[in-house]
Amino acid sequence: MTTFLNGIFNTSVGKKIGMGITGLFLISFLLVHCAINATIFLNDGGNIFNEAAHFMGTNIFIRIMEIVLFAGIIGHILQAMIVTIDNRKANSVKYDVFDGKANSKWYSRWMGLLGTLILMFLIVHLLDFWVPARFTGLNIPPVMIDGNEYENMYAKMLEVFSVGWVVVVYILGMISLAYHLMQGFQSAFQSLGLNHKMYTPMIRMFGKIFSILIPLIFALMPLAIYFGYLN
Amino acid sequence: MNFTLKVWRQKNKNADGKFVSYPLKDISPDMSFLEMFDFLNEELISKGEEPIAFDSDCREGICGACSMWINGRAHGPVPGVTTCQLHVRSFKDGETIVVEPWRANSFPVIKDLIVDRSSFDNVIAAGGFVSINTGGAQDGNDILISKDDAAEAFSASICIGCGACVAACKNSSAMLFVSSKISHFASLPQGKVEARNRVQNMVAKMDEEGFGDCSNTYACEAQCPKEISVEKIAKMNREYLTAKLL
Repeated sequence: MTTFLNGIFNTSVGKKIGMGITGLFLISFLLVHCAINATIFLNDGGNIFNEAAHFMGTNIFIRIMEIVLFAGIIGHILQAMIVTIDNRKANSVKYDVFDGKANSKWYSRWMGLLGTLILMFLIVHLLDFWVPARFTGLNIPPVMIDGNEYENMYAKMLEVFSVGWVVVVYILGMISLAYHLMQGFQSAFQSLGLNHKMYTPMIRMFGKIFSILIPLIFALMPLAIYFGYLN
Repeated sequence: MNFTLKVWRQKNKNADGKFVSYPLKDISPDMSFLEMFDFLNEELISKGEEPIAFDSDCREGICGACSMWINGRAHGPVPGVTTCQLHVRSFKDGETIVVEPWRANSFPVIKDLIVDRSSFDNVIAAGGFVSINTGGAQDGNDILISKDDAAEAFSASICIGCGACVAACKNSSAMLFVSSKISHFASLPQGKVEARNRVQNMVAKMDEEGFGDCSNTYACEAQCPKEISVEKIAKMNREYLTAKLL
């Protein structure tokens, strides 16, 4: 009897590969999510954003990908938990003196903590937007754009980000995401075996830019709304 | 130079260990770190005390026997050297130096600073070799190997199997060691014959021996006395993917 894909994900190397695959998938989602939301900076009263949100909410392919996305997030978390349990078993006696900063970046050693912070942020974020949009309703009148009626997700954003502490939570979430990506982006390529003298420096450089830029653009959204730059 | 050595003392595998401090006076700055331990041990023996047990063999940085965790780092603060090649002049006069054994569940402490690294031997036995039939010796140039391939193999074969990578890793992962061995053989035509089984067997054995999973902190690379690159781990991952899927 053969196992699934020859048991590729059952070993320590396979677990890394799995982590890399789900990680890259989640990174690709971030790019799409960020690009769509960045349309609010056009400051057109949210028309393009509302149209894009409508497309994302109704297109069958996107709706399927939404399920895949949740599977990806849950998969990534489960893999992280399995790896953490493995590693606790491998290393139960700690050093009296451990000079961690001499050999690795702090955020590479604290991926689990950063991931947990991102998960906490994600729960708040889903309750703010995804749950009302899909299930409980926005409680905001729909908006007319070019004679068509759209759910006013943009107004929902303005409402959510008018509260100071919410804005702070979102910024902290994005700082956690930035550090998580700083380690995760290049790490995914390494785990998939993609390390090359010529390309790896480029991947690392691109990864750093991506890790700062995407969370920065996300963080600017609540800030711009809270401080009244968008309306 | 004067130092205080705070050393892990543990009678045997099952005993509880503890730190013991030893003040040392008039140490020559030219002494190697292990010579300082020899010096201390002679003092201990002359006083009728049990000397500190530690591993050493060649004392020229090529055998991989020495294995101390010094002030929070494998083989001490100087990059690219083993403990035997570390000199006491690398420390500040009057400094307290904390010396611990490697800490990893796959490297149990046998006594004081000596750990059992049989787990590495078991991983090697699972595939870290090439099978060669006996018979007349082959001509040395029968199999042509390019300079680049030879250099690539050499850059992996310099692993001395000391275990610093495992000791430095927060997950006690042995991936730098195992990947060095796999890369070494994978770069040479003689190794390609058994490559598929080698990577699968060695990875399986590494897991069975209880080493942790890699999380790409790259502490292993930073603390490897031979400065072996984590490129080797990526190469192992490629070998693994190829073996499993193709």
